[in-house]
Amino acid sequence: MTQQIPLVDYLVLGDTPHLVAHECTTCGARFFDRRNACASCFGTQFATVGVSSEGELEAFTIVSFAAPGVPVPFVAGVVDCRGTSVRANVINTAPDPEHVKLGMKVRLATYSVGTDDEGTEAVGFGFEPF
Amino acid sequence: MAENVWILGIYMTKFGKHPDKDTVDLAAEATMGALTDGGVSMKDMGILAAGNLMGAGLGIGQALQKQIGQTGIPVYNVANACATGATALRTAIMAVKAGEADYGLAVGVEKLSGAGLLAGGARTSESNVYTPSGRFGAVAPVDGRIGTETMPGVFAQIGMQYVHEHQYGEAPFELFARISEKNHSHSTLNPLAAYTKKMSVEEIMGDVMIAYPNTRPMCSANCDGAAAAVVVSDSTLKKLSGEQQRRAVKVAASVLTTDPWEEACQVLPDVNTLTRNAADQAYEAAGVGPDDLDLVELHDCFATAELVHYDNLKLCEPGAATDFFESGATWRDGRTPVNVSGGLESKGHPIAATGIANIWEVCTHLRGEAKDRQIEGARLGLAHVIGLGSACGVHILEKAA
Ligand SMILES: [Zn+2]
Repeated sequence: MTQQIPLVDYLVLGDTPHLVAHECTTCGARFFDRRNACASCFGTQFATVGVSSEGELEAFTIVSFAAPGVPVPFVAGVVDCRGTSVRANVINTAPDPEHVKLGMKVRLATYSVGTDDEGTEAVGFGFEPF
Repeated sequence: MAENVWILGIYMTKFGKHPDKDTVDLAAEATMGALTDGGVSMKDMGILAAGNLMGAGLGIGQALQKQIGQTGIPVYNVANACATGATALRTAIMAVKAGEADYGLAVGVEKLSGAGLLAGGARTSESNVYTPSGRFGAVAPVDGRIGTETMPGVFAQIGMQYVHEHQYGEAPFELFARISEKNHSHSTLNPLAAYTKKMSVEEIMGDVMIAYPNTRPMCSANCDGAAAAVVVSDSTLKKLSGEQQRRAVKVAASVLTTDPWEEACQVLPDVNTLTRNAADQAYEAAGVGPDDLDLVELHDCFATAELVHYDNLKLCEPGAATDFFESGATWRDGRTPVNVSGGLESKGHPIAATGIANIWEVCTHLRGEAKDRQIEGARLGLAHVIGLGSACGVHILEKAA
């Protein structure tokens, strides 16, 4: 079986791929990046928590011009995953305003980003309508 | 009690393409223009604050001094994204307010013609063996795979989020295009704007799509330009001529904020809270309210941004920005004219110059010198900028009594 690696470290692969966040144990603020401290309360203790894989599209854009090497068009958006906002692309649907609507229900989906020289496959995530 | 501070002289260059001028030429034109406008010289200045984002780190302030006057005064080279000009001005204001200088000089300059899209870094060649790096442990570039880092795309989402939260989901594309139509219409009266062509809603919607719902004319125009201002303390102004005192514009409020932590603010930049905070602080400092404003220059880096800032600057009831725009209030003949200069979408957006150029626009109306586009009887105006990252500058300007 091919070795897999997630595109980012807050994507957990396996039977049910999902996202995780660093949650401040003092105030509950959630972050996806490596932390020095909490931007909300300055605490330094974090717990790893799972993020809901279903949510609502609260904002989006359809990007037609991007930096060199970024394939366009694509749908970039923010998904409200039951109280945790997640930045992601909307995937597995046509990138046009007829198919992408504010408030639509979406769920996490993964896809292959590519394979490196050692045969390891990078796996990315997006959200698809359902 | 700290002294009041006044804009004594102010100047903006023509925005557009200046292939024959370098950054220092433009900064020099603006600075010397502001000094002449104020009836003072480099000899009088006690501090220089200078911003040039594209050359940040190269010392634009000292390079400028070497062309227009080396007097040994302190220079503060500042950088704060699109709020760089406002930051430079505020630095000069703080020095005067603190009593460290009688006169302060601030300049912002940028050469951006042909800079293309302001985006995140280009994707470099991807490594041959996936290795997690950076704060997200990414094995490949995330721009375009996990959302977008392009400015048009980020601000598109900010506008769409507002439309979604306030249940205006019907025709956001057309709504934002009509905001752009207003600013392009206003620009026809501004000879210093980079683009002065009136555009119909159909033309705007039919133009090149950049990041839905922002088409090209709904995005700020990259261009060259500079703006500069001379500020002076109350007590020093009183010693100057009647003409200088009559044309001086009072800085009723000068505020700079950054974005406080909010849920999701590190997922999609929150340009709202820091603008609301800056507006609140500015209205309180000036002792005025949004209804008192005769004109507003706000940071329409994209048509989608202008809508949210109607609300953030309290120009309308909370959540009612769309109704406010639909009422015609923000057209130049409306209740609260917004971006009568044409805004960043047509006047142009030479980044570091923008935060002083918008103050020049307001001052020019308060002085009654705006000619064809004069807002009659203007006594009070507000200038707002946002630099993503984020920094927000709000200045309230008041006509001399
Ligand atoms: Zn915390």
